[in-house]
Amino acid sequence: MLSYLIRRLLLMVFTLFGVSIAIFLLLRIVPGNIADILFDSAGMIDPAEKQKIVSDLGLDLSLPVQYAHWIGGLLHGDLGYSYVSEKPVLDEILPRIPITGRLAALALLFAVCTGVPLGVISAVQQNTWLDYALRLFSLSGLSMPSFWLGLLILMAFVHYFGTIPIYDRAPATFWAWVAMLGVPAAAVGFRSSALIMRLTRSSMLEVLRQDYVRTARSKGLSEAGVTFDHALRNAMLPVITVIGVETAFLFGGLIVTETVFNIPGVARFLVEAIRWRDYPMVQNLVMFIAFVVVTVNLIVDILYMFVDPRIRYGQ
Amino acid sequence: MNTGWWSDLRYLMRRYPLGVGGAVIMTVFVLAAMFASVVAPLDPFSTNARASLAPPGSKYLMGADMMGRDVLSRLIHGARISLAVALGATALGSGFGAALGLASGYIGGWFDLIVQRLAEIMQSLPLLVMALVITASLGPSLGNTIIAIAIPLIPNVARVIRSNVLSLRELPFVEAAKATGMSEWRVAIVHVLPNTLAPLIVLATAQLGSTILTEASLSFLGLGVPEPYPSWGRMLSESAAEYVRTAPWLVIFPGLAISLVVFGSNLLGDALRDALDPRQRD
Repeated sequence: MLSYLIRRLLLMVFTLFGVSIAIFLLLRIVPGNIADILFDSAGMIDPAEKQKIVSDLGLDLSLPVQYAHWIGGLLHGDLGYSYVSEKPVLDEILPRIPITGRLAALALLFAVCTGVPLGVISAVQQNTWLDYALRLFSLSGLSMPSFWLGLLILMAFVHYFGTIPIYDRAPATFWAWVAMLGVPAAAVGFRSSALIMRLTRSSMLEVLRQDYVRTARSKGLSEAGVTFDHALRNAMLPVITVIGVETAFLFGGLIVTETVFNIPGVARFLVEAIRWRDYPMVQNLVMFIAFVVVTVNLIVDILYMFVDPRIRYGQ
Repeated sequence: MNTGWWSDLRYLMRRYPLGVGGAVIMTVFVLAAMFASVVAPLDPFSTNARASLAPPGSKYLMGADMMGRDVLSRLIHGARISLAVALGATALGSGFGAALGLASGYIGGWFDLIVQRLAEIMQSLPLLVMALVITASLGPSLGNTIIAIAIPLIPNVARVIRSNVLSLRELPFVEAAKATGMSEWRVAIVHVLPNTLAPLIVLATAQLGSTILTEASLSFLGLGVPEPYPSWGRMLSESAAEYVRTAPWLVIFPGLAISLVVFGSNLLGDALRDALDPRQRD
């Protein structure tokens, strides 16, 4: 167990190192940096001033030196300065993380709370009209772009309330809070919910065919007892996997949903940073995202062991 | 001959009604895209100030946009862009992924190790994030959008094909081929590769939907297919939040087109998986 953990942690460091090199090079393949953009858009053509900006930002140093500066700083918690706002990157990113974090947690909560029960119902009622309706519902959830769902929800808001929810740091009422975070969370989480539902259904169907479920039934256990005590518990394993996989997918949904609902989180911030070619911001945001994904994957693998005692790593 | 074809079709419709439905939806969209200039009622590019934001009616079946362009005609022409990006990216990503997976599973050793680690690195970034960063780096154009969506597909395909190759390699018919004196590479290409086609087709169809959604998201964020191509995601980004109040048809119809075509490809993908590769059933 311990040796497995150590090996996984080392692999994690290696993966993140790989990500850092990939993102660093990717952002520098194409010529054109912030100085070019500023000058093109402002129409200023004073080469001396441009040169000053380039050397202030360290863009004239060789690539390995720039990379070493960045990674060296990163390891000391110094992420450099944003090209655009000229504030420390850390000060820009940190306040936005809880906003996206809350949205993501609510979205996952929504996905699990709707996906698992609906999947169980669908499996228990296999091949009835309810099962077909639920399956079509989940498939359409997987087919809708989440930003479009968000726009449809905004449209409903306009229709019923005459206005759209506007993000507010400290919402006045509970309902304002629900409209502001809960509704976007449902819009992002709908896709994950549909996926969890499909997976719960198919793994439930698999488990319900097993011998021990028949034994449980034949010893006179109630149908509800069989479903929840015996079947659901064993059907949870693939669902946990999908929750791990979904965290990465969820981030894509968060990017567009934060844009639609105008929520100032990290996900939308990445797009803004990309538009501005704000290298320090993009690099560090991508590293942060990769770190979250890799960590969630590790946690999911460890969770496996607790849910399924048959799994033992490193032996 | 003719009756055989019909009875095959009838059998398919009974056995996989949803899959046939998906195939029909896809066919309709592909035909609309191929014959866009014949099918579209109006010119998708011609502007008309007097028809600006005209609601759906007899002339503009799905309304007109800010510049008075017909939404329906733009949707039909947009199908070309969206489907071209989806098919191009899926083909490119699956092709590279399959080649890499075949080589990785067949050669093994250090090569396999490197490919595995690279796949892990790529998979630690969400698809949309990677596509965003790649388009940002390459610049927005039709070709670059295809590349940006194709690259994140590679590791997943490579992994599935690799694990298939690993189990195929041990089967008797491969050993028999080697025993007849065929070279390793010929065995790999003539005997192993064709047997990975079923899972590859299943995987590619499943990914078709996600490539359409990724293109839509990229274009919605303004970093996808550039003007003047009327891509579906682009139509939504132009119209997004402000038209939610004033011109809902500009939001509803492009989203409906995206959802319907992805829905069709998902139905088709599920049926193909059931038919071709029962082991992958989830």
